[in-house]
Amino acid sequence: MKLPLSWLAEFVEIPKNVSIAAIAEHFVSVGFEVESIENAAENIKGPLVIGTVIAIEELQDHKKPIRYVELDCAEKEHRFVICGATNFVVGDKVVVALPGALLPGDFAIAARETYGKTSNGMICSSRELGLSDEHSGIIVVNDSALKNGDDAVAALGIDDPIIDIAVNPDRGYALSIRGAARELASALKVSFKDPADSSLSGNLKIQGSSKPIAVVIDELDGADLIFLRTLESVNPNKPAPVWMQRRIQKCGMRSISIAVDITNYVMLELGQPLHAFDSDKISGKIRVQSAGKFSKIKTLDGVERNLNKNDLLIADDKNALAIAGTMGGLDSEVTAETKRITIEAAHFSASAVAKNSRNHMLSSEASRRFERGVDPALAEVASARAAQLLIELTGAHYVGVESDGAMKSTPTISLNPASIATLIGYGYTDGQVAIALESVGCLVNQTGKTATWSITPPNWRPDLQNTADLAEEVARRYGYQLIPSLLPPVRITGESGLNSAQKRKRAIAIKLANLGLTEVQTYPFVSAEIMKLLGFTGDRAKTFKIANPMSEETPFLRTHLTPGLLLTAQRNINRGAKSIAIFELGSIFRNLTELKPEAVISTDKRPTGTVISEIYNSVPKQPLHAGGVLGGQIENAGWWGKGRAVSWSDAVDMAATLLDEMGATYKVSNTELAPWHPGRCAEFQIDGKPVAHAGELHPRIISELGLPERTSAFVVVLDAVPFREQVSAPKVWTMPAAIQDISLIVAETVSSADVSEALKTGAGDLLESITLFDRYDQVGEGKISLAFTLVFRAEDRTLTAEEVSLLRESAGSAAVKACGAVIRTA
Amino acid sequence: MSLTVASIESDKKAALSALLNAGNLDDLKMARLAHVGDKSPLAKANQALGSLPGSERAEFGKVIGAARAEVNSAYGEREEFLIGERDSKILAAERVDVSLPTKRGSVGGLHPLTILTNEISDLFVGLGYTVAEGPELESGWLNFDALNIPADHPARTMQDTFFVEPLDSGLVMRTHTSPVQIRTMLDRKPPIYVICPGRTYRADELDATHTPVFNQVEGLVIDKGITMAHLKGTLDFFAAKMFGPDVTTRIRPSFFPFTEPSAEVDFFYRGRWVEWGGCGMVNPKVLQACGVDTDEYSGFAFGMGLERTLMVRHGIADMHDIVEGDIRFSQAFGTGTR
Repeated sequence: MKLPLSWLAEFVEIPKNVSIAAIAEHFVSVGFEVESIENAAENIKGPLVIGTVIAIEELQDHKKPIRYVELDCAEKEHRFVICGATNFVVGDKVVVALPGALLPGDFAIAARETYGKTSNGMICSSRELGLSDEHSGIIVVNDSALKNGDDAVAALGIDDPIIDIAVNPDRGYALSIRGAARELASALKVSFKDPADSSLSGNLKIQGSSKPIAVVIDELDGADLIFLRTLESVNPNKPAPVWMQRRIQKCGMRSISIAVDITNYVMLELGQPLHAFDSDKISGKIRVQSAGKFSKIKTLDGVERNLNKNDLLIADDKNALAIAGTMGGLDSEVTAETKRITIEAAHFSASAVAKNSRNHMLSSEASRRFERGVDPALAEVASARAAQLLIELTGAHYVGVESDGAMKSTPTISLNPASIATLIGYGYTDGQVAIALESVGCLVNQTGKTATWSITPPNWRPDLQNTADLAEEVARRYGYQLIPSLLPPVRITGESGLNSAQKRKRAIAIKLANLGLTEVQTYPFVSAEIMKLLGFTGDRAKTFKIANPMSEETPFLRTHLTPGLLLTAQRNINRGAKSIAIFELGSIFRNLTELKPEAVISTDKRPTGTVISEIYNSVPKQPLHAGGVLGGQIENAGWWGKGRAVSWSDAVDMAATLLDEMGATYKVSNTELAPWHPGRCAEFQIDGKPVAHAGELHPRIISELGLPERTSAFVVVLDAVPFREQVSAPKVWTMPAAIQDISLIVAETVSSADVSEALKTGAGDLLESITLFDRYDQVGEGKISLAFTLVFRAEDRTLTAEEVSLLRESAGSAAVKACGAVIRTA
Repeated sequence: MSLTVASIESDKKAALSALLNAGNLDDLKMARLAHVGDKSPLAKANQALGSLPGSERAEFGKVIGAARAEVNSAYGEREEFLIGERDSKILAAERVDVSLPTKRGSVGGLHPLTILTNEISDLFVGLGYTVAEGPELESGWLNFDALNIPADHPARTMQDTFFVEPLDSGLVMRTHTSPVQIRTMLDRKPPIYVICPGRTYRADELDATHTPVFNQVEGLVIDKGITMAHLKGTLDFFAAKMFGPDVTTRIRPSFFPFTEPSAEVDFFYRGRWVEWGGCGMVNPKVLQACGVDTDEYSGFAFGMGLERTLMVRHGIADMHDIVEGDIRFSQAFGTGTR
């Protein structure tokens, strides 16, 4: 809300020694951030005067219209200037910068030769003076109060600083000079004069002879109060006085016509949105009603809008006239031919206007105020003020008022003043509490001997509903800087430190970093193209779609970490990286359960256990995954040699390392799964359930994304890995070990893990370790040779050669039986 | 052969000289064969003792014994010296340039947001808090309604929410980690001391200072006798841990639907005030929606953006660096060890 200082000063006695900067500080201290302080006069150096257009010579033969204008600036002789604008006629008053003047942007005005004439100054537009962005023409100020030669800086109030404050949604009242002035007066601790003068209404005298327009509220949930004041003999073509136009402009709005300017001026001053109708375009009564049968309206912005059945309207017997509290209709607007005007002021429901605004994607000065709450007492006062201005400024005759509804009384709040000190932690006295509440407009009733007061908040503060609301008013009046700084005495809650999942997540991240991978955090938004390229099917293709995505390209939520990881790998490669080793820990989103319409659940009290479970169950599971991508060299080339390129086994080793870190017992086998190479993808299972996949990526994906050959990836579903039991310490036996090698020939389809498992089973409890030390597949006929080293050890004795030989044989037999192996003899 | 003291002495001298003059272990071996071994003059002299009469045998025996002992000892010393000299030469020849590059693989690192989250979690865990987490795709009731943001309240449009289809599911990408506060109050009884770090979403275009996907850390305390002074103390503690003991904080009135009174918290750092986050006393309406007895308990909550904290503290000028995953950026932070 832009606040011209002169306007505030009409209602706040600002002490002389308080600077504009100090005023801004005061606004901040009571909760209004100051966006800017502007003073257009700081960028203008005189002489800047008012002049009257005496004659206009249109210069011919130029690409654009050029005028040579004779001006009376109350100097000895008339002044002649060149002007490119055409929005003025002889007799208009304009703003003239004389030679020697300096305009914003260090624009120096001097007498100069141009278009074959001597131009002795410049007629100014609003933009040239830094008053607004308006540059459609020069400023015309036909106001009899202005005299030729007057200083235009003073006449146009250019030296009036404007403070722009940010108004939070609970403080709708502050979207007005009235509300902001009250806050400033309270902050400065000076008196405040309320511009909402309740005597105004009674002072309006009926002079006209026609009948005022009648009104009825049909939709009681939409409005509780409406006033219509009708005036006749209006002159709609008389411009608003300069002071009014300038204030409207300073508040960031545009001057349109006298009727519209008056309604806007009153809205800015008091906070009550008003609408002016051409009374003669209203058929019968005005009604506040739901759209119902009305299906269309053309609004003031020229847009033809389809109405929803539940839109709240202002209508008459035949037509929709306005979208209530949001925007008026074009057909009933005040025009140059208007004779009679009806001013409408209503107290619409905040939620009804919010819905109107949302349904029509239409946020207006009016809707912003209604959504945030308007003082219901203003409908009567503001409509009277607008009528009074129409009478004073256009000579209109008042024909009377019609209204419907009544103002709801404000509920009182019981307050124990000591509870405010208890909540804030600062010992305000009862007196301080009372003063603070009264300064925002509350009635404080301390009668009776009990400690409990009865507080009636003012009409314009629907946000004040409980002790906490009142506590904020007290705390901000005296300033948050008074509140001491103390650490709370944290009590033992029965839980401490990080939980197992949090500790494990940290350990996994550090493990991966220590393995040489760099963590990335990618957006979870993915495109249909990458999902298709990676080849996800089934559950892994079931995405959620964002209704309003940042980019239409990437409306889906990731179902897997690889899309983000691979695109990040690609970005690094594109920026010159030769190798890539990255990982991410993050949630994935799969749309696997039916989404039900959201239930309406009250917030007045805690939902029942069943309802809480339903809320929790309505939220899809979002398991935590750990994924990584490796490409290029796993060991760099250097003086030590050629290094080693990444292979499928590096990714498999990463997955295995993470599962080992978590103490998991798992099985590894080949699988075919996108986005991996169909022959080079490992699946890790715990108790028969897949928990991780790893291996080389599908070559088509690698080539499509331009990644290094044989780029590999792994994904571990951390949430699917059970937490490790307390570790039982291993037995460390000290007797000598006996080492046996065994070579086996198996079909190439047999996995080494199965052979190893069979050997282990056959070798028995004395087997300490088993290592595959050689593998070659040139045995022929689809056979491969696997060679293992078995290490045996006993707790209490040195094993004899015979014993060990028997154990080796037993291991071999188990492999023969389980895997169809043939034992090679040396 | 005639034995004389002088000849023994002369043999010994010859032996000592030969040993001393042996320049390497091969020479020493030759010298040993000539002067120490069975065929050396002193050995021969010793063998000749047997042919001497008793009185002379004893006398020469002593002299020869002493000479041989001296020679043996000299041999030992020389051998030790020459072995040492040989070994030194080998080691000297094995010298390498230890400044050669040794990093064969890539250097990893954690994302600085992870490091910051860990740091903040640790410092609040140290105060006795626990760390609470929740889903990123969240129920509208938990993200809005329970936080006193009803459907038509302007505060709901303040936050540019990502909605998920179908819209009537009410599911949203959480706009703050506050739904975790609601879950915590629904799941646990007071006293509650938690922080809620995590990813949050708002429909802002990515630019130098904004990102639609960002991280927050919120704090929630619910206990008997909690005041706004406790909030202030906690913020001061937090700011000092983040930005050093000289940092100054201030709170000023603001509005959030879920706190009352509400405040913005700023900190003064490197010569300027920086907006840090929002905070306040938990709105009684929020406590009611979660079934917390407002007669018995009060509480405070606060929330900050981690990106802002990170950018100010580490001088990161552009948000793109945080979100793009260029490994050169994250690697600089290592695993957070300082």
